[in-house]
Amino acid sequence: MSQPKVFLCKCEDVTLEEFREAYREGFTELESLKRYTGVGTGFCQGKSCLSESAIELATLREVPPGEIRLTNIRPPAEPLTFGQLAALDIPDAATAPGAEEDER
Amino acid sequence: MIPLSQGPVPATADAVIVGGGINGLATAYELAQQGLKNIVVIEKNYIGSGSTGRCGGGIRQQWTTEENIRLAQESVRMYEGMSAELGYQVFFRQGGYLMITESEADLPALRSAVELQNRCNVPTEFLQPEDCLKIVPDLDISRLKGATFCPKDGTAYPFAVVWGYARACHRKGVRVFIRTAVTGVDSVDGRVTGVQTDRGTISTPLVVNCAGPWARHLAGLFGVELPNRQERHEIMVSESLKPFLDPMVISITDGIYFSQSMRGEIVGGIGDPAEPQLEDPRTFDTRSQLRFAIRFARALTGLYPRARGVRMMRQWAGMYDVTPDHRPILGGVPGLDGYYHICGFSGHGFMLGPMTGRRMARFITTGRPDDIIASLSLDRFENGELQADAFVVG
Repeated sequence: MSQPKVFLCKCEDVTLEEFREAYREGFTELESLKRYTGVGTGFCQGKSCLSESAIELATLREVPPGEIRLTNIRPPAEPLTFGQLAALDIPDAATAPGAEEDER
Repeated sequence: MIPLSQGPVPATADAVIVGGGINGLATAYELAQQGLKNIVVIEKNYIGSGSTGRCGGGIRQQWTTEENIRLAQESVRMYEGMSAELGYQVFFRQGGYLMITESEADLPALRSAVELQNRCNVPTEFLQPEDCLKIVPDLDISRLKGATFCPKDGTAYPFAVVWGYARACHRKGVRVFIRTAVTGVDSVDGRVTGVQTDRGTISTPLVVNCAGPWARHLAGLFGVELPNRQERHEIMVSESLKPFLDPMVISITDGIYFSQSMRGEIVGGIGDPAEPQLEDPRTFDTRSQLRFAIRFARALTGLYPRARGVRMMRQWAGMYDVTPDHRPILGGVPGLDGYYHICGFSGHGFMLGPMTGRRMARFITTGRPDDIIASLSLDRFENGELQADAFVVG
């Protein structure tokens, strides 16, 4: 009898065990874990799994959760259709919040 | 296993590669293949965090200069065998590239590009607008004037490619340090002697500058002046859809490009003429703009009206490292032994990187002249004979 599955990311069907396996493979940061497992890339865009993932990673790395660097937050806050976006007026260049220290 | 080295950097190395993107990792791997030992890769953030991981993953051979065509052609051959060579699935898929235009004035250039590419054995063909429907059935062709299509162009997953190279590097004994920044460089009497990092100094006779948008800054530490400028480019990903789109579609009219990933997402971007060219890494701003999302959505739904109901999931930005002729800068510089750069890809490093790394590794280890590297050397900007590639899109 196999162990019951625990889902870490319900949008993308990423289980806790898959997340741990990815960590053991050498993906030791949330940015890389996100891109390898797909965690946080579904409809909620990480709103329901990012903190769970950070806490799990802190446990795996044996560090306090505060030491885990979160992934950069990408707009939009909620998915929008291309039809909705195309109907908006084009503003002048203005950046959305979410400064990305890493990316300078 | 993506093996990452921990702790302080080694005191000595036979080569230090700065940059953990496609160019740095491919070059490190190829240098190891050439038999070089004790290679260290230094990456400021995480693997693929610079331009590689932000790119659209496109790999095309449709160029208008012979160097770009040949480098891309050789890279496509490498991508065809890459999953097997690296022992890692890189999701390379040859759905072709459909390059479209809405301007009659572009047609002569498209036709002569096809001729040049065919002479180089790239199987590109010229298409009338209605022929495009055989390749992308729901494309709105009402404004199109013509197109070119190469079925051997394609896409790969950029992160898988750099992870695959990182693993292969590890098997060859290359040490990859992430979250490690270069803070200074050392040279004596026109000879490279070391690299300083925030985890210690590495004494080395060989430094390869693969720092992408930061390459100009790094070169400056060595006293080498690069003409490169950096531009923000934005890109986005949609929700996943069933397979519906084989090729990358790219418009030389408004600069939009879009393809469908192996996860089913539409991945695409569009160039913005309003973006300034920057020189100082401290001014790089990779935050996202609503302006991009709207411009992309308008261009996409204009070409592919069925996309109106598809949701955009997220958008991000990255920096292009742009040269005056939009072609890369390869090789070394006279008067500074042991310094090489592989930079200035102007938005096309992912597609040209594998072959550039292989040629540069051979060039560095054997010293044998390489005609492509020679024609892409830094001194071409002083000699004043620039041959720009006309197909710089996105």
